[in-house]
Amino acid sequence: MGLDSTAQGRHRCIMPHDHSTPGHALLPPEPELRVKALETLLVGKGLVDPAALDAIVDQMQNHVGPRAGARVIARAWTDDAFRARILADAMPDLIDMGLTGAQGEHVVVVENTPEVHNVVVCTLCSCYPWPLLGVPPAWYKSDAYRARVVREPRGVLAEFGLNLPSEQAVRVWDSTAEIRYLVLPMRPDGTEGLDTDALEAWVTRNAMIGTGLPQAPA
Amino acid sequence: MSRVHDMGGRFGDGPVDTAEHPAFKAPWEARAHALTMAAMPLGGWSIDARRHGRETLPPATYMAYSYYEKWIAGLADMLVSGGVLSRDEIASGRSDGPRPDIEARRLTPDMVAANAGRMVPYTRDDAPAPRFAPGDAVVTLARPGNAFVPGGHTRLPAYAAGLKGRVLRYHGAHVFPDTQAHGLGEQPHPLYAVAFAAGDLWDAPEHPRDEVVVDLWQPYLGPA
Repeated sequence: MGLDSTAQGRHRCIMPHDHSTPGHALLPPEPELRVKALETLLVGKGLVDPAALDAIVDQMQNHVGPRAGARVIARAWTDDAFRARILADAMPDLIDMGLTGAQGEHVVVVENTPEVHNVVVCTLCSCYPWPLLGVPPAWYKSDAYRARVVREPRGVLAEFGLNLPSEQAVRVWDSTAEIRYLVLPMRPDGTEGLDTDALEAWVTRNAMIGTGLPQAPA
Repeated sequence: MSRVHDMGGRFGDGPVDTAEHPAFKAPWEARAHALTMAAMPLGGWSIDARRHGRETLPPATYMAYSYYEKWIAGLADMLVSGGVLSRDEIASGRSDGPRPDIEARRLTPDMVAANAGRMVPYTRDDAPAPRFAPGDAVVTLARPGNAFVPGGHTRLPAYAAGLKGRVLRYHGAHVFPDTQAHGLGEQPHPLYAVAFAAGDLWDAPEHPRDEVVVDLWQPYLGPA
């Protein structure tokens, strides 16, 4: 296997199991080596530029994150017209604020009230509003969260330390399409008089997913 | 008929590990993410094809693999099925040679920078008219499944199949994953946020007023 390195050999069946073994099963056992193997092949074939990979990693690690979403929330707490606009259609304002990018094409903002608490999940995969919140946290992608939060949201939220009163209904949004939901939490007591910069520090990432509430900065 | 990734409502998972961890627990995870994004133009794969690639991993593999191991495995399978890499190349780790036919699709660092805030909307104008409006009662297909490809990609979760719900929002017409994932075209259809009462979804709902809202395309829905 692999001795024939000619282009003509590319589609030839060398081993009987070739057509039943999926590509991924032919990769090395260690995850790190699997990534390296694919990267090396694609770079070697002139199909991937390693500098482009560096640029993507830099962008995800250093240029996107939940501070973008916090700006939106803090502004909604202080600007009623903005709040009304983003609840009706968030995209024009998000575009104005430069908060755009892949996985942020169709953002819908859902508002917490004393009657309804919103929480977001993607039961089928891990859909998440990257331009507003960055890449998803480990728990958001976990089987336990995906499986359980639709069936027992209150139990799951309690595991995050959030115990909801029975007067508040829970609305769980399962992101099965390309709509990306952002939770607008209620402005906490004790923040009267704070400006948007100060309020931003209260907006936790989990508050914008619905697994937490805004918190006084440490 | 559902596949292993369709786990909403499943029993048996333990508590959620709510601890904070770095977004990428090791450098190879960031690399797996970046490599997947950089490889998508090579086969012209849509986001739906990418999801399908992971969902078709054997169930035992899907459950055993960590999140980014699934990404890498899905990518390897797509590269093979899309003719970008051969099984021999993956098995040997040795390239058969350059691919001048598709090398123009290679992503450059400049393109990454230029694409940073770029959006490619999934809404389309040319689609069937919406049959429902907010407030309408609807019922979901009794059997979730891809109508075009047996065992294929679909976005009606099994837990929400065969149930009565109410249209909460109309999102416009969106690219239809059931066709797009399989190279059968975008075939856009109206998309709705449909609310289901916890009491209709679960045997033992936590609270009578709780709801789950699922984004569903018109072909998944009928009038209730």
